[in-house]
Amino acid sequence: MNLFSVALKNLTRKKVRTALTIGGVAIAIAVLVSLWGFDTGYQMSLNNDIDKMGYQILVTAKGCPYEAATLMLQGGGGLRYMNEDVYKKILSDTRVDKITPQLVATAYDPEKQAGRGGISLYMGIDKSYIILKPWSKFKSGKWFSSEDANEAIMGYEVAEYEQRSVGDKILIPGRNEVLTVAGIFERNGTQDDGIIFLPLNIAQKIFEVPDKLTGIGIKLKDMGQLSKFEEDLYNEPGIQIISLAQVKGTILNLVSSAKAMTNSVALIAVIIAVIGVVNTILMSVFERTSEIGVMKAIGASRLDIFRIIWIETTFICIFGGILGNIIALLGGKTIEYILKSVLPYAPKGHLVIITPHILALSFFGAVIMGLVAGLYPAFRASSMKPIEAIRKGE
Amino acid sequence: MKNIIIKAAGLTKIYVRGTEKVYAVNGVNLEINDGDFVALMGPSGSGKTTLLDLVGCLDSVSSGSLEVFGKDVSRVKESRLVGLRRGNIGFIFQDFLLIPSLTAIENVELSLYFARRPQDKKKLLGLFKKVGLGHRINHLPKEMSGGERQRVAIARALAVSPKFLIADEPTGNLDTKSSQEIFDIFKSINKDEGLTIILATHNPKLGSQADRIVYLKDGKTVLKEESSLY
Repeated sequence: MNLFSVALKNLTRKKVRTALTIGGVAIAIAVLVSLWGFDTGYQMSLNNDIDKMGYQILVTAKGCPYEAATLMLQGGGGLRYMNEDVYKKILSDTRVDKITPQLVATAYDPEKQAGRGGISLYMGIDKSYIILKPWSKFKSGKWFSSEDANEAIMGYEVAEYEQRSVGDKILIPGRNEVLTVAGIFERNGTQDDGIIFLPLNIAQKIFEVPDKLTGIGIKLKDMGQLSKFEEDLYNEPGIQIISLAQVKGTILNLVSSAKAMTNSVALIAVIIAVIGVVNTILMSVFERTSEIGVMKAIGASRLDIFRIIWIETTFICIFGGILGNIIALLGGKTIEYILKSVLPYAPKGHLVIITPHILALSFFGAVIMGLVAGLYPAFRASSMKPIEAIRKGE
Repeated sequence: MKNIIIKAAGLTKIYVRGTEKVYAVNGVNLEINDGDFVALMGPSGSGKTTLLDLVGCLDSVSSGSLEVFGKDVSRVKESRLVGLRRGNIGFIFQDFLLIPSLTAIENVELSLYFARRPQDKKKLLGLFKKVGLGHRINHLPKEMSGGERQRVAIARALAVSPKFLIADEPTGNLDTKSSQEIFDIFKSINKDEGLTIILATHNPKLGSQADRIVYLKDGKTVLKEESSLY
């Protein structure tokens, strides 16, 4: 017999009360783990999205920078056009390492989403696009047979969704243009998975925007030259330059504001859980006043009593921590689904990534929570005078 | 010549209720020798329990002196009294006061843990047999009768091999048959092992079986005739 056994057996006396208290701690820990998981997941996915673009700068037609950021990350949004001449001009700049012209277009497809309708995304590209993204591999098929071929390369998800394979004919809704699927990319976890790619010339023709582009992706030889490069292009009419680092910073700033709010909620959940634990243990201490008295009478020291109560509280929080971690792991997908539906911009990939580090940290946090929550009840119990405790409890 | 293990002189315990002072124990002089079997008797409120609490080093003395094992404990703080009680004094209460979540043997083991004594299972089984409870060691208190619970409480008190035993109305919640059985255990422990027992009881039939009876009334020791018990 030791103090751990006594503490554990005490917790089983009021099973429902103990379970509810553990549940409270579990919910607080689950919220905390999910938030930390979201923080990690969102940043990792955003970094992945941006890194996998292959370029560091996007030149777009002048307009709202947030629309441009959306265009960059989601391949849609504010479709403003600039002349292809800009591309030719930048192409000749010796500071440019790689460059790719893009024409993003959308078409309303009434057949999408089981007949509810939806937007299909198209992007006109040339060979330089895949040079900037050497990790883009074909799941099946190959590159366009020529720059003027009526062909399409489908992103992995859109091909899966529409159940297309190489050689199939696809119709661009509202344009009455039929394209042959030349290839299907492997999944790469970016916006490319949801886009139908066309040769740039064909896209300009089908969407009736000859010699126009919506964006130009640029990779500089030396990123240190970015400011000077931007400055030089500043006088170019009708365009704006957005660096991916800026976009990432802006999005992370927006997210961190929301994060501060949700962290406050998590903190409140933790505080409520701690108060719940303190309340439960205090109640249990008062109910066991005479037992504590008799334990002291037969030789238990103040420290013995303090440790019993402290161990009980810590056990509650440890069990709550373990359960909270399990809930967060099991509920991660649901939380991700909800977040994706409410966030204005959600990167591709997993939004909630619960790493072993987060699990260990939250478990450690639960232990600390137990140790802190147990201090006052343990102090109250250990301070009881044996005879007063025995008589009070009688 | 027997050793004096408890010596009280002018022992007083005062409780304050509002503005009123209550003398629960009032100038008691008492000597208890090693191996004595003493019964404290008196009506309710006569101070039996308070006197037991004082000599059991559970409560502080208001005035007078109290020596236990030759040490003056009248001015000793609770933090030091616990060391004196631990392993030296065994307690048995009217309400048994067992830990409900622990089995009979675990209750006894816990007292050994607190007394910093080894938990020898064989020895404990022998002890349970001695109190007539060898077959119920793994039962929880709620699964036992009052008599059985009190036997566990006795085993808990004896397990640490105390120098004396304090029993406050140990048969108060038991029927006549169980009361006598419990009392018989006390007598046998006193006779066979020479363990000093100080016991408070209302029951004159049981009290009369002790070696010595101390009568109390209004916190003072009195003669049998003055005790208004009979």
